[in-house]
Amino acid sequence: MARVMVVWCPDWPVIAALADEGLPTHLPAAVFHANIVQAGNAAARTLGVRRGMRRRDAQSRCPELKVYPATPERDARTFETVLTAVEEQHPGVAPLRPGLAALRAPRRARGGEPAAAALLAERLVELGVWDSRVGVADELFTAEQAARLAHEQDCHIVAPGESVPFLRELPVEAIDDADAISLLKRLGLRTLGELADLPAAAVRDRFGPKISWVHRVVGGAGAVPLTTRTPPPELARHVDFEPPLDNAETISFSVRQTADAVVAGLAAQQLVCTEVRIEAFCEGSSYDDPSSARDWLHPRWFTAADLVDRLHWQLQGAMRNVKGRGGDIRSPISRILFTPVTVVPDAVHADGLWGGTDERVQRGIARVQGMLGHEAVVVPVLQGGRAPADRQALVPWGERPTGLRPASHPWPGSIPPPAPARVFASPWPAEVAGAGGRPVAVDARGAVLGEPTRFRPEPRGDWLPVAAWAGPWPVEELWWESGGRRVARFQVVGVDGRAWLLTWEAPGSWWTEAAYD
Amino acid sequence: MASTPDLIADLRTRMARLEDSTPSSMPLATHPALAGLVQLRAGASYSVDSATLALALLAGPSRAGSWCAAVGVSDFGAEAAVALGVDLDRVVLVPDPGEQWLEVTAALVDVATVVLVRPAGRVTPQAAEKLAARLRKRGAALVCWGEWPRCEVRLTASEPAWAGVGQGHGHLRSRRLLVEARRGTAPPRRGALWFPAEDQSWVSEHRPVEPASVVAPVEGVA
Repeated sequence: MARVMVVWCPDWPVIAALADEGLPTHLPAAVFHANIVQAGNAAARTLGVRRGMRRRDAQSRCPELKVYPATPERDARTFETVLTAVEEQHPGVAPLRPGLAALRAPRRARGGEPAAAALLAERLVELGVWDSRVGVADELFTAEQAARLAHEQDCHIVAPGESVPFLRELPVEAIDDADAISLLKRLGLRTLGELADLPAAAVRDRFGPKISWVHRVVGGAGAVPLTTRTPPPELARHVDFEPPLDNAETISFSVRQTADAVVAGLAAQQLVCTEVRIEAFCEGSSYDDPSSARDWLHPRWFTAADLVDRLHWQLQGAMRNVKGRGGDIRSPISRILFTPVTVVPDAVHADGLWGGTDERVQRGIARVQGMLGHEAVVVPVLQGGRAPADRQALVPWGERPTGLRPASHPWPGSIPPPAPARVFASPWPAEVAGAGGRPVAVDARGAVLGEPTRFRPEPRGDWLPVAAWAGPWPVEELWWESGGRRVARFQVVGVDGRAWLLTWEAPGSWWTEAAYD
Repeated sequence: MASTPDLIADLRTRMARLEDSTPSSMPLATHPALAGLVQLRAGASYSVDSATLALALLAGPSRAGSWCAAVGVSDFGAEAAVALGVDLDRVVLVPDPGEQWLEVTAALVDVATVVLVRPAGRVTPQAAEKLAARLRKRGAALVCWGEWPRCEVRLTASEPAWAGVGQGHGHLRSRRLLVEARRGTAPPRRGALWFPAEDQSWVSEHRPVEPASVVAPVEGVA
């Protein structure tokens, strides 16, 4: 049976959060979930911050504590660099969780297991991971416990066949389960050895499968084989320009082969990409800091031509310096990088045998986009909201809608159906007057002061007598912020029979939002 | 079982469609509420004067699975369109085509079965004739919200009467609309539609109205 080596980087969530911010690791920091400390680093611990502590208690002990929300994706993403480094030295790594990885201990390494562990620690220090601990034992659980006993950048080795005596001496706190530890202590069991002396059936019935497994391991059985991973394939592709190019058309023409390679690389894995990140690097800028970067979503999946289109749009926007459209390009471009962000098996998106999308539609719309720019062609989608204009959104063709409000929520203050046939993208100024020309207003409780008798829904239209009206539907939008506004909506029917949706806004302006034409 | 001549005629139409020379007078699906007033035909252009009628004309082919497009309609009421039966998954909008609205409309005629356009300026008969040739070739229909030279049917909505709303109470619930379809010099067809009806459906059958008749006042409408 191969021996197992475990690499443990303590407090990984905190290290990952600090590394993301580019801060040194000696600052006290902690990661919180639901206002409870999930993990803290050594600096925080010396100041009295403990796991399971409430946030206000932690901050009262250590006011300069850096507070981070728990994000498992970030932890996993940053741990990937550690996994890759370990994989470079010893293939066959099993990631257990962010901060903890196992591998088969090298049998014939020069200098034996301590030397192999030292080499690993050295490699991790090069990556900036100062605190790593290695444990080596006959099987996984013992190796993990050994790693927890090791010192910083050091290793703890449990000799072959010595696992059972080693484990028997450990306190029950070695089990990573607060409820089980509490229960075992109340039962008077202080070490794993005392737990191992209990009958197996009783342990299983009383404590469940996890503790039962620990019981078997301490008894010298229950070793589990490592499930090692195969390294993920490299799917991102880049192209360098020498000399750098400054024309969006030339660049788009030159990346065609790279775009083909991205799609072919995915196809070889039977994958298609639905979200891609395109980064452009200007001449002289570092490869960590793209001059233009944007994530693109595709309603179906990206073909090579789609990738080239998106790059073209992005470069055009960035070169014209349009706000919020992926950066600002001021010098020639030396590198373009395509990174697939979301990939799915191609079977999910396979075309029906009789044709799924209409190629003709795609081509025709691409022609209109060529005339007017890609954001000129939009697709309407419904969403939740109160004002008619809030209840719909226009999504540029070829992009996937994001951040839509759910339509299933009740939305109090919305207007009952039927929906207006004309919804103005930006409301028109309107005028409403009561009897004798007095203004009509809505008070803070939503009651109407004055009765509308005539109105002018269109800016250059005629005044019309009001035939019927309904409302108000008062809404206080964002009243807790300085930009909040108090509005009330009215349905007003003129004597010509046409109905309008008018909005009164505090302190006294009127808008035409929609027409029931 | 259809008779042999019918079957042959049907097969000929289908062959013609495959050969991309759609017979220009092929009927397109039309919203059931407008059934007695107007029948959409491929290659023809229609003019309307109301957003609801424009959306209703889009809804017919959209319900049947065709693509729709709207050019220059910056105030597209998506919710009302869905209520009428338009499938938003097959709708493209070009809200602001600017000066190029005619070119954009021509490009979208290749894509969509029915194209709604609100012209930014005056439409010359030459431009309309060019577009009509393209419509006939592609088997598409054009709906113009505004005036269009030599259109097949001119639909006008008049005398809207809303029910359900009073003086500060209730809310807009249903509307009676007098729709008139003028086709060349033929006497106009008229119908009174409940659009929408009391139960918020948009498919109510219309009642033909005699040209000279007076619309009876509807209760609850001022």
